[in-house]
Amino acid sequence: MNFAILSFIIGFILQFEALFLLLPWIVGMIYGEYHVALIYLATAVVCFILGKLLSFRHTGRFKELYVREGFTAVALGWFVMSVFGAIPFVLTGEIPFYIDALFETISGFTTTGSSILSDVEALSYASLFWRSFTHWIGGMGVFVFIMAILPMMGGSTMNLMRAESPGPSVGKLVPRVRDTAKILYGLYMAITVLGVIMLCLCGMPLFDSLCTTFGSVGTGGFGIKNSSIGGYSPLIQNAVTVLMILSGVNYTVYFCLLSKQFKEAFSIEEVRWYFLIIFASALTIAWNIRPLYATLGETLRYSFFQVGTIITTTGFATTDFNLWPQLSKTILLLLMMIGACAGSTGGGMKVSRVLILFKAIRKELSMMIHPRMVKKIKMDGHNLSHETLRSTNVYMTAYFIVLFVSLLIVSLDEYDLTTNFTAVLATLNNIGPGLELVGPTQNFALFSPLSKCVLMFDMLAGRLELFPMLVILLPSCWKKY
Amino acid sequence: MNIIIVGCGKVGYTLVEQLGGENHNITVIDTNEEKVNSITDDLDAMGIVGNGVSFQTLSEAGIDHADLLIAVTGSDEQNLLCCVIAKKAGHCKTIARVRNPIYNNEIAFLREELGLAMIINPELSSAAEIARIFQFPSAVKIDTFSKGRIELLHFRVTHDCLLNNYELIHIRTTLKCDVLVCMVTRGDQVLIPRGDFVFREGDVVAIVSTPPKANDFFKKIGIGAGRARTAMIVGGGTIAYYLARRLLEVGIHTKIIDQDPARCEHLSELLPKASIICGDGTDERLLIQEGLENVDAFAALTGLDEENILLSLYAKRTSRAKVVTKINRINFSGVLSDIKLDTISYPRLVTADMIIKYARSMNESLNSNVENLYKLEDGHAEALEFYIKEDSAVTNVPLNRLHIRKNILVCSIVRGGQAIIPSGQDELHVGDYVVVVLTHARLNDIKDIIEG
Repeated sequence: MNFAILSFIIGFILQFEALFLLLPWIVGMIYGEYHVALIYLATAVVCFILGKLLSFRHTGRFKELYVREGFTAVALGWFVMSVFGAIPFVLTGEIPFYIDALFETISGFTTTGSSILSDVEALSYASLFWRSFTHWIGGMGVFVFIMAILPMMGGSTMNLMRAESPGPSVGKLVPRVRDTAKILYGLYMAITVLGVIMLCLCGMPLFDSLCTTFGSVGTGGFGIKNSSIGGYSPLIQNAVTVLMILSGVNYTVYFCLLSKQFKEAFSIEEVRWYFLIIFASALTIAWNIRPLYATLGETLRYSFFQVGTIITTTGFATTDFNLWPQLSKTILLLLMMIGACAGSTGGGMKVSRVLILFKAIRKELSMMIHPRMVKKIKMDGHNLSHETLRSTNVYMTAYFIVLFVSLLIVSLDEYDLTTNFTAVLATLNNIGPGLELVGPTQNFALFSPLSKCVLMFDMLAGRLELFPMLVILLPSCWKKY
Repeated sequence: MNIIIVGCGKVGYTLVEQLGGENHNITVIDTNEEKVNSITDDLDAMGIVGNGVSFQTLSEAGIDHADLLIAVTGSDEQNLLCCVIAKKAGHCKTIARVRNPIYNNEIAFLREELGLAMIINPELSSAAEIARIFQFPSAVKIDTFSKGRIELLHFRVTHDCLLNNYELIHIRTTLKCDVLVCMVTRGDQVLIPRGDFVFREGDVVAIVSTPPKANDFFKKIGIGAGRARTAMIVGGGTIAYYLARRLLEVGIHTKIIDQDPARCEHLSELLPKASIICGDGTDERLLIQEGLENVDAFAALTGLDEENILLSLYAKRTSRAKVVTKINRINFSGVLSDIKLDTISYPRLVTADMIIKYARSMNESLNSNVENLYKLEDGHAEALEFYIKEDSAVTNVPLNRLHIRKNILVCSIVRGGQAIIPSGQDELHVGDYVVVVLTHARLNDIKDIIEG
């Protein structure tokens, strides 16, 4: 482990966090919350000084950034960012316990959206903005952001991007890492700006539409109202549904569309299945819940919103789906695990992984009928490398091991199985709300500190696709030799 | 520039490594997925698995927007075909590596008819480089600029050489030699020396001069002998064949030692004037028997790097010959410089170097006035060639009155086809080709050489 480069990168992250923390300061100044704004400014200054100290020994030799350093830097970077991002919540007294504040911040950065707050509306504007803004940073990833801005030489920065970006195989859109990062953030910002404009046109106040757009484009899910999105007009609810679903699409599609490669854009299997799953489950749920609502339009609006919010792992809510029939709840539970597309801002297992696994199962089954058959698994017309297949299988196994170990620890709190199971599922897949006691109208405050720690780990593991978080648990990762 | 490289072998890797550091967008193509991954994992390039000859693969790699395609797969025919298709599919310049000696005589024809920008034969280029060294035995390495008119001779300061602990200014004042010292490599450092510079043992000094003056200089400082008259080559590969042909052309008696009887017979058919010895080149007795002790030039060109290094060390110990060692693997070059071999020839780097030179001058000519760019001393220094189109602050002023920036040296002027080794009184004129050597600096125009 090259500790010099690690401290250099962490220092960098802190300096960028200082930059991000200036935004809630500005918001606080605008809304006249001078006391709160001052706290954000102070935290920013502390972050900046610490960051400068850590990256003081400027090596800049990114050639030495190997896979190990890349993974560790990303895992540690996200943790450190959350640790400092939580400080303002405690200092303003809005979340008195640090562990709760940390839970809230990690939930923000990992775009989970699970909250421990029962009354969101009591928060100051600055804190509400910061909460939502963490989603936006976490959505595309802070390392990708840094890569887009700073000229880091060498292809080894790909190791950082690979560790942070979701999906079974992270590719590039254009030959150079930095250009790829720029394109990704360019698209991300464009969607954000369009989202804000769309919501404003639908009649949402500017502050609300900013925060809601951050939450939906980053697929986070922190609402700024106690009723999440439920209190807004049907038109706004539909707009948010569209925004969420579009954010869960693989960004390669947008890149292809913009570079006029229409054939490539529409031939991505994963995206086609993503939309198919959304429509199929939304229609099934609509049929299932039709007795609960008056009109067909209302039924469809609720079912599409809930399906969209769960599959993209956003976690907004317009209704308490805890009260829905069993079939609908079970479909939502399955959608929680599937998650959004690879290369999007969403979490979960990713549609492409599920697709790969299904194809592998089909291959295995035909192998039983024709034992000597030679068959290659294909995805988007390309052969799937053995490496991708292997890592997908390992990912699945690791996913379930993390899930069950977390479930065991959380069950010490003596809540019912559905609560525990969906709480772990909601955090590991970066969704937000679960069922029963952690349902859309409830929150996570009831868990013990130990369980909260486990859930925090799950959120980070889910956002970083397990391996970076698991790697830093290995003692050999920290040895110099 | 957008560059597509077909073939991810070692040359492909070197190309991506060097070109990637110069802000090009690189896409690599190879049929072997593992090889593609080994590049995309370490270096900043996009990889595509597929056959570079296929139109579909090429368009996937973005042939429409490519500026340059380089085909360096293992097969000559594939490289040529790939270039032809790329030429038809896009609007890019193409470079192919063609190494089979059968095509050697038709290279100009092929290049012309197939519309290629450049055809590279690494063995032929290496052989040419080695032949040049044998003709100029005092030099460790020779770089050529301005279409071969200017030669940059590198030599090592040895213990008994006059230059050891000698001040640079005395070369002109005391020795009365008209040579220009351009660069000194000391350890890992490359310096552009000033008048008060003191040479030390082990320095590699690069000078520019005309051949007679250089020979006079070498004689005065007491290193090296004249041109070689006899040469011994161990290993009868393709480079050996090209080298022997060159050496025989200039009248150097050449002896090739190879183990394989069939290869020996073939060589003797091709090179009737050379003496071909069939035997184990690593056999000490055979080498002595064949007169290693009295040979003027020795080249170790077997397929094994270790063997070549050992043979060279042995040849250096038993004879006063100029020794050239062929090394295939580029790794561990730091260790090699410790062993103090005379000259090392890296055929692989020769290919990469030529392509990179082409890509650079193509790129530089896009947005600056640099005609040619040469990387020297493993990239620690550069030589830039400018063409002076118009009068400016640097023209028509004696060089010693220009405030030239630190680490920059004007090393030659070509005026009307004549090379001039500039002294302080020379001036730059419109129409001159000027070569400037520099370290730790960047230049886009000749005007930038002065301070301010």
